[in-house]
Amino acid sequence: MAQYWQEIHALTMRWVRRLSREKFSMLFTLVQPMLFWLIFFGNLFQRAANVQVTQAPDYISFLTAGVVVMTVLNNGLAGGVDLLFDKENGFLERLMTTPIHRSSVILSRFIFVMTITSLQVLVILGVAFLFGVQPATGLLGIATILMIGMLFGVGLTAISMAMAFSVKSHGDFFSVLGFLSLPMIFLSSALVPLAGMPAWMGFLARFNPMTWAIDAVRPLILSGWTDALPHVGMVVVVMVIFDALCLYGSAKVFRRAMG
Amino acid sequence: MDRAIAIQVSHLTKTFDGHTAVSDLSFEVYSGEVFGLLGPNGAGKSTTLRTLITLLTPTSGTASVLGHDTVREADVVRQLIGYVPQERAIDRFLTGREHLELLGALYHLPKAEATKRIAELLKLVELEEPADRPAKTYSGGMKRKLDIACGLLPDPKILFLDEPTLGLDVQSRLRIWDYMRMLKARGMTIVMTTNYLDEADQLCDRLAIIDKGVIKALGSPTELKIGLGGDIVSLTLKDQTKIPTLVTALTGQPAMRAVKATPTGLDIRVDSPEKALPAILESANRLDCRLEFIEYHRPRLDDVFIAHTGRSMTESVQDIQTG
Repeated sequence: MAQYWQEIHALTMRWVRRLSREKFSMLFTLVQPMLFWLIFFGNLFQRAANVQVTQAPDYISFLTAGVVVMTVLNNGLAGGVDLLFDKENGFLERLMTTPIHRSSVILSRFIFVMTITSLQVLVILGVAFLFGVQPATGLLGIATILMIGMLFGVGLTAISMAMAFSVKSHGDFFSVLGFLSLPMIFLSSALVPLAGMPAWMGFLARFNPMTWAIDAVRPLILSGWTDALPHVGMVVVVMVIFDALCLYGSAKVFRRAMG
Repeated sequence: MDRAIAIQVSHLTKTFDGHTAVSDLSFEVYSGEVFGLLGPNGAGKSTTLRTLITLLTPTSGTASVLGHDTVREADVVRQLIGYVPQERAIDRFLTGREHLELLGALYHLPKAEATKRIAELLKLVELEEPADRPAKTYSGGMKRKLDIACGLLPDPKILFLDEPTLGLDVQSRLRIWDYMRMLKARGMTIVMTTNYLDEADQLCDRLAIIDKGVIKALGSPTELKIGLGGDIVSLTLKDQTKIPTLVTALTGQPAMRAVKATPTGLDIRVDSPEKALPAILESANRLDCRLEFIEYHRPRLDDVFIAHTGRSMTESVQDIQTG
């Protein structure tokens, strides 16, 4: 057990070090979602968005939940990228010849992605706060938001890592990533509530786990516990099923790839 | 000499999606020797090596390292070996020291022990000064040295190197050879793949020539060369139309084992140069074949390779690159 922890700690610290050496990329990773979506998109649609439809005091406060979950989505889907590079340049092979638990590599990645995502979510909530968005459920609500983010993120990161191990080239990986990300956002309640969507899009969005996450995070920010609790309960069930499916599928891939 | 068996490979076959990478390979590696897997790209050397270091599972057959099966006892094997992959298996953002520290943790070394070993290794491979710079600032030779230090960190019983000097400049190459000789002198067993004949000749105690997934020859470089039988005299003629005449004249003479026409002259395999050379010169004079160049050499590893695979090593490397 001590050995297991030593491996996971060392591997996780490697991801942290890499990130700290890539200051530029770190800055962009952190800033991008709030800059593009929250600040630009949020302010752009401030007047164009119909308050009757969004059921929120203003568009930015409506959008905050969407941006939080979008961040989880993008970080999760990109979570396998570093492993992809490790696979391509032989570093993974080097790790695999050491007497480590095969799962340490995967776990270190989960820990790292979850931590970074949580920090980013906190930054987004902080920026939203500057635009006057105060989470209605307070600190406990924020903790709940982080938990929902992690539940969703685990499944996504698993998919991403499984993809990293299965693709032939990193070109394929990034094509699939680009193809997945935006449709997932548009076919969710991130930008427009389900009720405000064209019927067919609203129908499809209901099958998107992201919608369930957003619909739980939104009342935590906008209204309060009484409104939020049923949604939170629901999202936990949805995410447990989602994660179980993702982990089951990717575990097979990991076992094949790492022996 | 210590003939304890360090590695035993028996009837190893590995196929990928219907393509056979290695077929029914059997060989032993003895403790304390440098064993080379020599062959062109795609011959199956890397597949063999990667099976030994537990990265690949054989399709059939077995491999064992110090008595431990590479599949069933993979974890034990991993404790006993060090691996130096081909270049670029380096994280550009980590410093040299951080690479070693990471591996120290993965081999479960206590912190104090790791620090001590890392200091020794950095000194050994002359990377003390750049140890705290990110690896992206390293030259090819420095990366290779770091690779070797990484391979040595677990204090392995057997060190595996995949193409240790591929793409290196001459100086770095000689330096790497020095390290390997030193490790051998310390009694370490070394298994390496290479597609450089001179490297195999210089470093390996024994080697297996692999082509198209099959072992074509196995033995010490000297044995393999002697096995060919006879030294080689190569003639270059001024007038190449006379080649067939001279071939006919020399074929069947007592000291000549085999006479072969080449584009510019003749290759003659001879039993003893003392008897053969005068006879060759006499015939050439008599037939008025003016010689432009005469070369005599012991069989080189390249000749061994040609004899066993029917083509030269360099040709097959080109085949891969152009084809």
